[in-house]
Amino acid sequence: MSIVVARIDDRLVHGQVVIGWGRPLELSRIVLVDAEVAASPFERELYQMAVPAGIDVEFLEPDAAPDRIEALGVADERVLVLTGSVDTMVALVKHCHGAIGKVNLGGIHERPGREEYLSYVYLSTREFDDLKAVEAAGIEVSAQDLPTTAPVPLSALRR
Amino acid sequence: MTLPTLHGVVVCHGDLARAMVAAVEEISGIRGALVPVSNTGCDRGQLEERIVEAVDGRPSVVFIDMPSGSCLFAAVRRLSGTAEVRLVTGVNLAMLLDFVFHRELAPDQAAERALDTGAKAIASRR
Repeated sequence: MSIVVARIDDRLVHGQVVIGWGRPLELSRIVLVDAEVAASPFERELYQMAVPAGIDVEFLEPDAAPDRIEALGVADERVLVLTGSVDTMVALVKHCHGAIGKVNLGGIHERPGREEYLSYVYLSTREFDDLKAVEAAGIEVSAQDLPTTAPVPLSALRR
Repeated sequence: MTLPTLHGVVVCHGDLARAMVAAVEEISGIRGALVPVSNTGCDRGQLEERIVEAVDGRPSVVFIDMPSGSCLFAAVRRLSGTAEVRLVTGVNLAMLLDFVFHRELAPDQAAERALDTGAKAIASRR
């Protein structure tokens, strides 16, 4: 499968993503799905800087992302799909028709209305329920900040 | 006449900034010249707020650990182009120690001096 991991991380492209995951997974491409970044040349340039040689990065509007991700799903690549929010990932999974087989909760930090599940995973009740619906649709959902830590399945997350 | 005193902010992953500031204070005896900021436990918006709060509208040099990554991005997003604030990446102890003793400089000069001092501190010896 070409989509190696689909990660929710509100810091977007940063060290944990490009070094922590990029090296062991031998990623060839990072696809960042984020409306704000896709619309801003300044933001795109900023995040481009974070990606080492050998990994391509592309920035997609959420509406344009499903077609591209489906195409990458059958390409000869090792792709990490990244969103900054639960909502964007849930919508993406819904429209990607099987291209995304598992969702990684990598960094979803504290905000009003969210509760702590892990030190790096805070979710509102609605976000948790939306992720449960993703899981019920047959997609694996687990929290894991780095490949060297054990994944925690959504069903095992406790407040 | 009192010269304006430059402010230093150190932004790093994990606990590094706190440790570096503590080491500078221990060596120099100068306290309060540097404010540490960590990226731990926050999203990028919250990290930006931590940095802006630490700068506090003062003439500052913001020292950042890496030439890329969340700490730099947050600082660039909020402070790039801000008058009287300069960003320096690749922070090391030598440049911080030198900085606390030269806070009468303008931000541009202090940033240049930090680059020079920091680079000179990197060496290989047998």
